[in-house]
Amino acid sequence: MSLILASINYWVTIILMIGGLYIVVAHGNMVKKLVGLGIFQTSVYLLFLSPGKILGGTAPIISEKFEVYSNPLPHVLILTAIVVGVATIALGMALVVRINEAYGTIEDDEVHEMEQE
Amino acid sequence: MSFMQEHLPALQVVLPLVAASLCALFRVGYLSWLITLSSSILSFLVAVFLLLRVLEQGIISYEIGGWSPPFGIEYRVDLINAFVLLIVSCVSAVIVPYTQKSISARFGSTEQSWFYCMYLLVLTGLLGVTITGDAFNIFVFLEISSLASYALIAMGRDRRGLTAAYQYLIMGTIGATFIVIGIGLLWAMTGTLNLYDLASRLPEIKSSRPVLAALAFLTVGVSLKLALFPLHLWLPNAYAYGPSVASAFLAGTATKVSIYLLLRFFFTIFGGATFFTETPLPEILKILALIAMFAASIVAIFQSNIKRMLAYSSVAQIGFIILGISYATETSLTGAMTHMFNHAIMKAGLFLLLGAIMFRLGSVKIEELSGIGRKMPLTMAGFVILGLSLIGAPGTAGFISKWYLGLGALEQGEWWILVLIVSASLLTMIYIGRVVEVAYFREPTDEVVQLKEAPLEMLWPAYLLIAAAIYFGFDTSFSADLARQAAVLLVNAVY
Amino acid sequence: MIRDTIILRVVIKLLLPAILLFALYVQFHGDYGPGGGFQAGVAAAAAIILYGLVFGVSAARKIMPQKLLFSLIPIGVLVFSGTGIVSWFFGANYLDYSPFGSDSKSGQHLGILIVELGVFITVFSTMLAIFYSFAGRSEALPSNLENDK
Repeated sequence: MSLILASINYWVTIILMIGGLYIVVAHGNMVKKLVGLGIFQTSVYLLFLSPGKILGGTAPIISEKFEVYSNPLPHVLILTAIVVGVATIALGMALVVRINEAYGTIEDDEVHEMEQE
Repeated sequence: MSFMQEHLPALQVVLPLVAASLCALFRVGYLSWLITLSSSILSFLVAVFLLLRVLEQGIISYEIGGWSPPFGIEYRVDLINAFVLLIVSCVSAVIVPYTQKSISARFGSTEQSWFYCMYLLVLTGLLGVTITGDAFNIFVFLEISSLASYALIAMGRDRRGLTAAYQYLIMGTIGATFIVIGIGLLWAMTGTLNLYDLASRLPEIKSSRPVLAALAFLTVGVSLKLALFPLHLWLPNAYAYGPSVASAFLAGTATKVSIYLLLRFFFTIFGGATFFTETPLPEILKILALIAMFAASIVAIFQSNIKRMLAYSSVAQIGFIILGISYATETSLTGAMTHMFNHAIMKAGLFLLLGAIMFRLGSVKIEELSGIGRKMPLTMAGFVILGLSLIGAPGTAGFISKWYLGLGALEQGEWWILVLIVSASLLTMIYIGRVVEVAYFREPTDEVVQLKEAPLEMLWPAYLLIAAAIYFGFDTSFSADLARQAAVLLVNAVY
Repeated sequence: MIRDTIILRVVIKLLLPAILLFALYVQFHGDYGPGGGFQAGVAAAAAIILYGLVFGVSAARKIMPQKLLFSLIPIGVLVFSGTGIVSWFFGANYLDYSPFGSDSKSGQHLGILIVELGVFITVFSTMLAIFYSFAGRSEALPSNLENDK
C-alpha cells in the first residue's frame, strides 16, 4: 500500500496513460478515439507536472521570505503541450465532422467497408 | 548583410513562419504562391550558407532570447543537421515552382492560400525540429509540422484523404506523445532539456531503468513518425490520397527529419556507437528493417494505385536506411545518410511526375495508364530514370547509397545481408517494371490518346531532381563525402 | 428556446464585462503573477462564446466577424515573430528584449508585454474561429442526421 501511496502521481499517470491508449485502440467510434487520445495526452501533463512540485515550495518569484521554490519549467512546458493538445483535438474533430459529411458515419468499420467498395 | 550572418540559425525557422502568417493574412492565391516561392528559395540559401559556415568554422550555436544554454533554448548547427536542413529546404524549394499549376487548377484563391500556409508551416516545423538543440522544442516543432501535414493531406481530391488524415492524426499524436514521455523521463532524471547537456550527463546513469524506459519510448515514438515497418500503417493512405504536391513534399522531407531525430537520440545523446552494443536495439532494428524491405516491396507489387505503390516503396526504402543505422559503423551510417539524401530526391521527383499524370489524366490507376509513354514521353522517361535510381542501377544516385549499405554489411562479415539488399532491389525492379510495361508496351486507350505532354512548369522541377539523381550517381563528393563526415561525428558521439 | 429566457440574458450581460475585465487583468498582470497571453486569450474568447451560446452564433459574428478573426490569427503570430526580428535591429539575438528599454530589466518587461499581446491575439481569435467553424455547421446538421436513419 505504501508503495502505491509513495508514488501515487506515477500510478495515476500510468492508469490514465494505459486507459487512454486502450480507448484509442479498442473503440471504433472516431469521436471516442479522440477522447481516448485526449486522456492519453493528459497523462503526460501529470508526468511532467508532478516532479516539478516541491512540498512547501512557493511560486518562483525571488523574495527574502522564502527559501524553497517550485520548479517553474514544467508549467511552461505543459502549457505549450496543452495548446498542442487542444489544436490536435480541434483538428481531429474537424476531420471527423468532414468524414461524417462525406461518408454519413463516424464508425471506423463502416467507413472502412465503404472504402473497400 | 554581414549582421544577418550571425542570425542565420534563427532566420532559417523565422522565415517560413513569417511567410506562413503573411499567406494567412492576405489570402490571395497567387500572392501566397509568390510569398511561398521566395521564402522557400531564401530558406534554401540560408541552409546553404549555414552548411558553408559549419564546414568553415565548425559548430554554430545560437542562443534564442540571449539566454545561454542549458537554461535557454539553443539552436545548434553541426554537420549532421546542416546536411538535413539542406535536404529539407532543397526539396521544398524545388517543389514550390511546381505547385502553382496543380493547386490553382483545383482550389479557389482563399483555399490556395490556406494550402500554402499549411505547406510553409510544415516547412517551419521540419526545419525547427532539425535545427533546435532543445528536447522539448523538438516536440513543439514536430507537432507544428505534423498538424499542418494532417491538414495538407485532408485537402486531397478523394474523400479517402479525410480518413487517411484522421488515421495519420491518431498515429502521429500517439507517436509524438511517446516522444514527450521519453523526454519527460530524461528530464526527470537529469533536470535538463538541452540535448548536448543531456548527452554529457547521461553516461553516468545510462543503465538506470527510467533512462532505458525513456529510450524505449523515444524509439517507438520516432519509429511511428518515420513509419518503420510494423508502425507504418498510416503512411500508404496518407501519401496515396493527399494532394500530389503534399505527397512529394512529405515523402521527401518528413520521414527524413524523423530519421535525423532517431540518429540524434541514439548517437549524440546516448553516446555513440558503443551504446548500441550494450542494448538489443541493433538486432531489433535490423530485423524490422529487413522485414520492411521485403514485406513493403512485395505489397507494393500488388498495388493498382501507383501513388500507393510508391508509398509502400517509401516504407521499404526507410527499411534500407534503418538497416544502415542498425550497424552503427562509419560506412553503414554513410550509406544511411546518403540514402536519406538520395531517397528524398528520388521520391519527391517520382511523386511530382505522378502529379503531372494526375493533372492530365485525373487518375493514377495502373490499368488506365496503358500506352501513356507515347503521349507523355518526357514525363514517363523521367519516371523510368528515377525508377532506375530507386532500384539502384549503377550510374544513378540510388546505386551509391546501396553500395555503401552493402559495404557496411560486408565489413561486419555478413555477406548474406548483401544478398538480401540485392534481392530487395530486384523486388523494386518488379514494381517499377510493371509501370514501364503498361506505359510503353500497351496500346493507348481512348482517354490516353487525347493526352498532351505535362505543362512545362510541372516538368522542369521534376527534371531538376532527375538531373540531381544522375549527377549524384557520378559525383559523390557532395552527398557521400558529407554524409561520411557526418557519420564520423555520429559514431564517435562528437557534439 | 434558451434564447428567450430573460434570466440568462440579464445574467450574461452582467457577466460579460466581468469576464473580459478578468481576461485583461490576467493578460497585463501576467508578468507579476500567474497569467499571460494563453490564459487571457482563452478567457476573453470564453466571453464571446458565452454570448454566442445565448444569443446565437450570428449575433456573436456581428460583434466579432469571422473575416476579422481570420486576419487576427496571423497578425498575432506576426506581432510575436516581429518582436524577435526587431531584436535583430538592436543587434541582439532573436527574441532578446533586453535592448528595448534603458536597462535590460525594463527592456525584458516591455518585450514580454508585446510578445504576450501577440499570443493573446492569436489564442483569442483561434479559439473563436474553432467555435465558429463547429457552431456554424449546426444549421446543416439536422438534415444530415435524417440521412443517417
